[in-house]
Amino acid sequence: MALGIPEPGTDASVGSQAVARKVETVRKMLSGNEAIALGAWEAGVAVGCGYPGTPSTEILEALIHYPDLYTEWSVNEKVALEVGLGACIAGGRALVTMKHVGVNVAADPLFTAAYTGVNAGLVVVTADDPSMHSSQNEQDNRHYAIAAKLPMFEPSTPADARQFTRWAFELSEGHDTPCFVRTTTRLSHSKGVVDDVDLTIKPAKHPVGVDQNPAKYVMIPGHARGRRLAVEARMGELARVVETHPANILERRGSVGVITSGVPYSYVREVLPDASVLKLGIVNPLPEQLIRDFAASVETLYVVEELDPIIETQVRAWGITCHGKDTFPTIGEFSPEVLRASLGLSVPASVPDGHIEVPPRLPGLCTGCPHGHVFDVLRERGLYVSGDIGCYSLGVLPPYRIMDTLVDMGASFTMAHGMDIVLAQAGQSHTERAHVSAVIGDSTFAHSGITGLLNAIWNKRDGLFVVLDNGTTAMTGAQENPMSGERMGHENSTHVDYTLLCRALGMPEENVAVVDGNNKALIAQTIDELAAKPGVKLLAAVGLCIMEAKDLSKSGKLEEKKAWRALELSAVCKGADRG
Amino acid sequence: MAENVTNVLMVGVGGQGIILASDILAEAAMLAGLDVKKSEVHGMSQRGGPVFSHVRFGPEVHSPVIGRGEADVIYALERMELLRWAPWARPGATAIYADTDMLPTGIAAYPADIDDEIASRFGRVVRFDMRELRSQINPKAKNTVLLGAVSMLTDLPLDAYAQAITELVPPGTAEANLKGFEVGRRVAASALGVRLESETS
Repeated sequence: MALGIPEPGTDASVGSQAVARKVETVRKMLSGNEAIALGAWEAGVAVGCGYPGTPSTEILEALIHYPDLYTEWSVNEKVALEVGLGACIAGGRALVTMKHVGVNVAADPLFTAAYTGVNAGLVVVTADDPSMHSSQNEQDNRHYAIAAKLPMFEPSTPADARQFTRWAFELSEGHDTPCFVRTTTRLSHSKGVVDDVDLTIKPAKHPVGVDQNPAKYVMIPGHARGRRLAVEARMGELARVVETHPANILERRGSVGVITSGVPYSYVREVLPDASVLKLGIVNPLPEQLIRDFAASVETLYVVEELDPIIETQVRAWGITCHGKDTFPTIGEFSPEVLRASLGLSVPASVPDGHIEVPPRLPGLCTGCPHGHVFDVLRERGLYVSGDIGCYSLGVLPPYRIMDTLVDMGASFTMAHGMDIVLAQAGQSHTERAHVSAVIGDSTFAHSGITGLLNAIWNKRDGLFVVLDNGTTAMTGAQENPMSGERMGHENSTHVDYTLLCRALGMPEENVAVVDGNNKALIAQTIDELAAKPGVKLLAAVGLCIMEAKDLSKSGKLEEKKAWRALELSAVCKGADRG
Repeated sequence: MAENVTNVLMVGVGGQGIILASDILAEAAMLAGLDVKKSEVHGMSQRGGPVFSHVRFGPEVHSPVIGRGEADVIYALERMELLRWAPWARPGATAIYADTDMLPTGIAAYPADIDDEIASRFGRVVRFDMRELRSQINPKAKNTVLLGAVSMLTDLPLDAYAQAITELVPPGTAEANLKGFEVGRRVAASALGVRLESETS
């Protein structure tokens, strides 16, 4: 293979060592995310970076366990993509992971990376979340592949996810383009058998060396216009490649034909076992001739795709008649049931109904979560709460019911800022406007809260901003972040001092307070004091995530973390470095 | 629905260990040489919400999810969660469950006659009295106790279960879990009225 990945069961070495050696390989149950990590390692990835987000998080958490590579949680997705782009220009293959809405954050470098192209391979994983199991929207990120003019693989199974990731690196390097791999929750968090896993191989890497080529990497208009042509030429080239690429598979059976991709392929096989299937492993660009030939070979053609009618729209644009969203839903993830219902097929009978009505079991903040104290205080004061993304979003549910907005990472401070402007225009004093507050978690603060804070201070607004600092990125399973004093792999690192940061941003020292997140009386007193002051105020309520505390307790590291959190509350830690 | 595929739906409440139990079952099926697919819930539901894992194995498995009316076995670590997922069970399916009650937030009282309802809806029932079991097993091994009951309803070799348990349970707990597995098999044999095959492992 082009990347020097040994084929299963053969020896990687050549020349004098050309005697065939039987390599012991194993079958493994891997999730889609774990399989992407395996494929990336096999493809000789040098750098893995991203920002945690369900359902993408476990890719880097799996990748960190492989040898000879570097992983990091970056502060946000835009930063991660730029780190990946820089790494690949220096000759290191890079894997950049994020959830679907993370691509919105990373979209700025993404669209221009399509122009610069790569040196070593650059693969971007977008983990979409049909049915919004753990997300604020249901966007279909195949649109990004089309809009940014980038190739996109879409695996159906964990075995695909491993193989397609390897192919994505090959395609990226072979055609000088960043390449997407799109997964969905149902693949990321499903496990399947992956054969011939050989962890004794030593993957070949791309030669290191910064590719110095300003005409290619300095996207001033004069250069970008040239690269614009290269992008179109590349997409034309890829359109030919996909006609015969092994990721696109034709399965000839009956006269009913189905074009599908991703996890819906598995539902098609389940529900329409006799249908002929064109399984598209690459969803951008689409193989026109392959699709035309397939359509001509069947009597009835269905396009089975989750979310938006992207394949269907293209197929219809080519003048091919098909069924798509006239039959299947646009909203929510598919399942065998959804397909059966859409096609009018009979649905299997269940056990007989019973008479007990099962009440819902809503998720909520964990018992003992330090965020509860802040929420109690905000509720007791009847404050409006501009919220943000994280565990604390559960504050919208009973028993707290204390969150009035939630839009995207970092929107808590900025939306409260916007409200403050309008209320001031209406003549409300700063004490009247103090009924609008904003809350954000520590990881989200580092991701995109600091820019909003700077904006509010700079624009001379009023506002009470609260950081709910539990020392970890809790919602996605306790990842390190710039506020937590650790970097990926629980490695001790620097951490941000709230007081010094706020002062540096232009806030008077008396407007900043860092308090013990478990001391409700102190939180209440401090909120009242801060609310009375003009200007932007920041309260950091510092506690410890109780889920992480459980894990730390098991690994014997709880006391160390507690000591560090206590240190954070004292003045001596200012600018301190744990390392 | 694919032929010769066994569908086991495993349900409980966040933190009970459903994911590990389903990993063990899936691993055992893989070690037995079968194709396996498994689908689970992560993220927000882990914060006290319902947790489920679909495990499907057979010669060839496509969908990672079990549809309504397709589960052969529902394995539940909490009784109300068993009822929540009952519509996923095929008529005559087997219910394997711990009689554990975890009251959802905001609900005043647990339904009174839940065992009767389970018995009336499922074809066969293996109910584990967790209080009674406490004298025989380490409570942390309850997931493997219920897996012992699952093993009575599948064709997977006991060696595969034993190996999967040994590989996947936390270090130092393999023995307790293997013992729990045997206890589960005995309880299930009695509940199902079948004779226990001689144990191998």
